[in-house]
Amino acid sequence: MSKELILILVFIAAMLLGYRLINAVPSLLHTPLMSGMNALSGITILGIIAVTTLAGSVVGKLLGALGIVAALINVVSGFGVTDRMLRMFHSNKGTKEESE
Amino acid sequence: MSDTLYYIISAVLSLGVLLGIRLMSNVKTAVLGNRLSALCMLLAIVATMARTDFTGSLTYIIGALLVGSVLSVYMAAKVRMIQMPQMVGLLNGLGGLASSLAAVLTVLTGSMLGKFELGTAGLALGIGALTLSGSLVAASKLHGIFPQKPIIFPAHSALTGFAALVLVVLMVLLPISAQSTHLMLCLLLSFVGLLFGWLFAIRVGGADMPITISLLNSSSGVAASIAGMALGDILLVSVGAIVGASGLLLTLIMCRAMNRRLSQVIFSSAGKQPEAVQKEVADAAGEPLIGETESTKETDTSAEAAQEEAPQKAAQESDLDSWLGEAQSVIVIPGYGMALSQAQELVKQFTDKLESLGKTVRFAIHPVAGRMPGHMNVLLAEVDIPYELLCEMDEINPDFPNTDLVIVIGANDVINPAANTAEGTPIYGMPILDAGKAKRLVICNFDTKPGYAGVDNPLYNPHESILLLLGDAKASIETLLSKL
Repeated sequence: MSKELILILVFIAAMLLGYRLINAVPSLLHTPLMSGMNALSGITILGIIAVTTLAGSVVGKLLGALGIVAALINVVSGFGVTDRMLRMFHSNKGTKEESE
Repeated sequence: MSDTLYYIISAVLSLGVLLGIRLMSNVKTAVLGNRLSALCMLLAIVATMARTDFTGSLTYIIGALLVGSVLSVYMAAKVRMIQMPQMVGLLNGLGGLASSLAAVLTVLTGSMLGKFELGTAGLALGIGALTLSGSLVAASKLHGIFPQKPIIFPAHSALTGFAALVLVVLMVLLPISAQSTHLMLCLLLSFVGLLFGWLFAIRVGGADMPITISLLNSSSGVAASIAGMALGDILLVSVGAIVGASGLLLTLIMCRAMNRRLSQVIFSSAGKQPEAVQKEVADAAGEPLIGETESTKETDTSAEAAQEEAPQKAAQESDLDSWLGEAQSVIVIPGYGMALSQAQELVKQFTDKLESLGKTVRFAIHPVAGRMPGHMNVLLAEVDIPYELLCEMDEINPDFPNTDLVIVIGANDVINPAANTAEGTPIYGMPILDAGKAKRLVICNFDTKPGYAGVDNPLYNPHESILLLLGDAKASIETLLSKL
């Protein structure tokens, strides 16, 4: 099987799996879910790191560095705010009920 | 690192991310799920660093990582919960920027690129660029830098369509043209991509913004995934695709909740209608409520049904004492107006007070309450309102007729019964919270002007079981608190 085909198949499989999993998330958590997904889209940092190392010119490297900064903010801030939000969700009677 | 090892690591990390999302489906495990996803991401970065040869670029990469970390920690700690939609918009834009830069650099520095690599790089560049400009416009609108209203140019649809067409042509041209033209094509692709994103987002009105944000969230994932195809990075492809799918699903959920088709949001002017139609609609919606019982044809709107039997006298603020005293079950319907006046803390106090008097209090959350999916839940969780009290629309709607008292705080379109009757308006057919079916209703809104959708709300007409408390939500809740 060619590499291209594998990549496309992975794309489709991940789409379908993602769709199924997201469907199970209650609307209560849609905002944190969205910002979490947003953080994940910063995965593009892997790509930008790889191409920055290949760039020959200084301009190329600077553009790469800009991309890394952008992607990293996307990742770290995204996970950061998601964590902040999720920790705010509290149960009714605190620890007493959670142990049930 | 061998390719096989990298593939195995990629598979494991993808599964980790999927498990993380799975854990997000339950409030109790969601924090863990998010951290698991974050950990997988960290490991992915480490794995990528381990298999790349840094010679000559190390300073740039380390420098960028440091700058990025400092900025992001600052941003994540500073942002307020009410600003979350624009934060997500901004971060989306940065993701789009990174993906398009990755695509440009792939085209310009890669050697021996095949048609597949070039084609996917072009696609990633275009989608990344439109995500960047679209997200920045959306975030600016949400932050009040640009006006919230849709901005529409002459021949806007034609322009948008033309930009989309040019974008597609450029994407097709890239893989089949000579290497010497690649720089030019990349510049053009970026420009047209940015233009398209801008044209698309600038015409979206405030009410459709949540849909736009989640659509752009999807496109940032798709851009990353396709950039991954250009680079042959399987981890990038899989995680990007998961994000793309999730954004798309959330977009569809939002569209359904607002009774809009995706194509309407993208290509038509949202929530805007000629003055005349609006007037007509207002009349049509208002008429049956003024007491002409014989002429009522619509029987599904409860407010009307209730009106028919009662003499039309508005409830007075002095009625509040007995209303609050007699009510055993209370449902609060919060809207963005509550968040704007920062009344959440007071709402929490009010809730505690009611509960201490032995009444049951619940919150009815419309799917589009707030400025992004689930936004209202976050705002209420922030002030420690337990999530068990936050009920989804379908779950709580059947309970309204048995509820003694419903208190609306800064919500308008989501309780407007005209959505059931006023054909031809933007909200016609939109599912609403049946606040009008409750035994008694207190509406704490700033004024009686129509909401975003521009359709008058028949619940504002004088009625003995509906009390309007106009003005700032904070002041209105204080009034309510003082009566307890």
